[in-house]
Amino acid sequence: MARPSGPPRAGGASNRSASHGTLSLVNYSTREITCKIVYYGPGRSGKTTNLHYIYGQVPEDRKGTMVSLATQTDRTLFFDFLPLDLGAISGFSTKFQLYTVPGQVYYQTTRKLVLQGADGVVFVADSQARQLEENIESFQDLHANLAEHGINAREVPLVIQYNKQDLPKDLILSVPELEDALNFRNVPHYEADALHGPGVFETLRGISELVLKRLSAGTSGGR
Amino acid sequence: MSHSDARYRFDNFIVGSGNRLAVAAARAVAESPGATYNPLFIYSGSGLGKTHLVGALGHLALELQPELRTIYLSLDEFVEQLHASISASETEAFKKRYHTVDLLILDDVQFLTGQRETQSEMLRLFTALQGSGRQIVMTSDRPPSEIADVDERLLTRLAGGLIVDIGAPDYETRIAILRSKCEERGLHFRTGVIEELARVEFGNVRELQGALNRLAAYQALGQQSIGAPDVRMIVGSQGTSSITIPISKSSGEFQSFLSDVAVAVAQHVEGWKARIGEAIAYWGGEGYRTALLERALQLEIAPDVDQLIAGYSAAVDHLRTLEQRATAVDAALGANEVFRDPERVNDAEELTERALAGHTPPVGPSPAFARESFEVGASNEMAVRVADMVIADPGRKYNPLVLHGSSGVGKTHLANAIGNEMLNLSGGAMTVSCVGAQTFIDELIEAIQDGTLERWRARYRAADALIIDDVHFIAGKERTQDELFHVFNACYDAGKQIILTSDRPPRELGDLEERLRSRFDGGLVVEIAQPDRDLRAKIYARQFLQRERTATDDVIGYLADRPVSSVREIIGTVHRICAAADVAGETISLSFVRLELEGAATAPAPARAPSDERMDPFFLDDEKIVWDWPDITARLIEEMR
Repeated sequence: MARPSGPPRAGGASNRSASHGTLSLVNYSTREITCKIVYYGPGRSGKTTNLHYIYGQVPEDRKGTMVSLATQTDRTLFFDFLPLDLGAISGFSTKFQLYTVPGQVYYQTTRKLVLQGADGVVFVADSQARQLEENIESFQDLHANLAEHGINAREVPLVIQYNKQDLPKDLILSVPELEDALNFRNVPHYEADALHGPGVFETLRGISELVLKRLSAGTSGGR
Repeated sequence: MSHSDARYRFDNFIVGSGNRLAVAAARAVAESPGATYNPLFIYSGSGLGKTHLVGALGHLALELQPELRTIYLSLDEFVEQLHASISASETEAFKKRYHTVDLLILDDVQFLTGQRETQSEMLRLFTALQGSGRQIVMTSDRPPSEIADVDERLLTRLAGGLIVDIGAPDYETRIAILRSKCEERGLHFRTGVIEELARVEFGNVRELQGALNRLAAYQALGQQSIGAPDVRMIVGSQGTSSITIPISKSSGEFQSFLSDVAVAVAQHVEGWKARIGEAIAYWGGEGYRTALLERALQLEIAPDVDQLIAGYSAAVDHLRTLEQRATAVDAALGANEVFRDPERVNDAEELTERALAGHTPPVGPSPAFARESFEVGASNEMAVRVADMVIADPGRKYNPLVLHGSSGVGKTHLANAIGNEMLNLSGGAMTVSCVGAQTFIDELIEAIQDGTLERWRARYRAADALIIDDVHFIAGKERTQDELFHVFNACYDAGKQIILTSDRPPRELGDLEERLRSRFDGGLVVEIAQPDRDLRAKIYARQFLQRERTATDDVIGYLADRPVSSVREIIGTVHRICAAADVAGETISLSFVRLELEGAATAPAPARAPSDERMDPFFLDDEKIVWDWPDITARLIEEMR
């Protein structure tokens, strides 16, 4: 399948956001809905695993190519991209584009690029107790990057996934503890075991609902 | 009545998982009607092949048993026939016709809703047919239980046999359909194109075919053949107009995610924008510019969508009317952009106006030839009676009507009179073109010279009746015959009355193409003979009356006894007598007329010398005066124009 928008390039962005001042989630005249959802979070928290699980559930006949890019050019781009063509919904040709950002601190530029034009963000937190600092750091990083794109972090659709809840209880923090540490905006949150599937689609569904709600809140999706 | 299209066969019906059961059932029924599934009820959404399948069923059944009495019709047609039979009180014939049929195929029975009378008739029919082991096949866009407002007893009958549905084709079936269509139409695409197209979820086969056509058109237009990556760009949102959530064999999680998204989209899509979007998709698909609607989409607050769309579609309707009017005059205008842009209605109006201004309506019948001034006698009675029938019911009784007879017997008069009467009866709403064949030829030559052939043709095609006088003039003129052939067919097919006059019957016209001759002969050919005595007397009397002269019965009787070859000769004689009487200052008496016509030698009456003094007798010399100009009427009319 041809990649509908391609990976964001340095200095550019996905095609639909580049040409318009406002990012249109829905195009009424071409009858298209395109959702860009970014999975954000610290390194090794399970973002790519989320995408892999979703990819595995997509029926053969509508499977696009999942792209994992690790390209050495003038700067490093390293992320996953999963296009989902949901077909016609209410007469709209509906496409979801799922991205992950590289979690490692030194891929700051890539994260910023991938975040550009996002209609919604899933923050994948690593439930392991020893990863708490990374979670908090990444969460702050998210807000900083959103701010740099001129996106009001209070308005962008956001959900939090507490991944790896299947690990032994002595290794992980409980959901209330994680909530206390991260969810000061009180956004929807989900427990998950991305490797085996529980919680993955609940999270995707949650963010999709938040994003699609914005259909009726005006045409601008991201800012 | 068994009009199952020969294109609908089993061998070109692609079988897939969605329709396997339906096809198997249809085959079984075709092979032994009445024995297996009775009735067979096939339902599916539009464009999935119901009509094809039942067509193939009827076709195969007939192939296997040629003597099978098969009726294939839509419920609509059935109802129409039922009503017609009731209003003509021929219900018995109707019943007989249907009660003896071996295989009854009824298409689109969902329209049964609420038709009580039809339902009870169908119930009777079904009972009778099933009782005698005859097969009934029905199609519908929904299962019987969902056809609203149907008699319970009929419903149980409908549902009593086998009910099968046809599902949307799956990916493999779509590929098979596309490949077969390509083969059928000799289309070639690069590898991967067909597969990519098949990946688009089309709600039905018709849309799939439409998309294939689109690809074929693109490929034909461009120099390069298209590749797989281009497919979606070309087919674009066209392929995704179905509202349903795509069905696929996916795992539960993804499927339920899909449904949730569908619900969320349905909830949150802004209704007014979606409606405008739909309108854009629809009118855009029809080829109209939608900039007006697209601008409305950019508005922050909802405009009055009803009014916006109503206004837009009214503009489109108006454009269509204008286009129709303009193309009736000049077909080349149809491609004009202004007829596609609702924001340029003014330009379209202007263009249409210009086109119409450059267009002159065809010449109509001459008002000088009235029906009531046409005298009837034994020699033309038949022609006149036929003419009156044609006037009463143009285009249906005798079409074409060919009037033939020797020169001057009144063909032109009668043909024009028919035209005038048709005009009068229609209250002037009809346009009747009435020309002499020579004019027709001259116009054609002029049109060829000026390059206005299209317009010239359109002019004749647009008229509601076509009268061509002296059609024998087209003998040997190939191009005119060609054009007349097309005009003739266009008029004939549209049920417009055609009247031709000729100096001889079509079969005796030399140098006339067979296809025209046979068409001329196809209606009614009627002769107007030379006027008989009775008719001559009537015409003399009328002619004198018209000139406000009195002629006694013995004068009329004397004149009527003289044989003439045409009405024109009679008129000439009356002219001559009146002129002579004026010159002599005498009244028209038998002796005067006899003297005038037979000369002094045979007339005992005294010669009227004064007339010689005042007028050179040369002018009264029968030999020197050409009374009978060939075709003078046509020429005069031409001059008057």
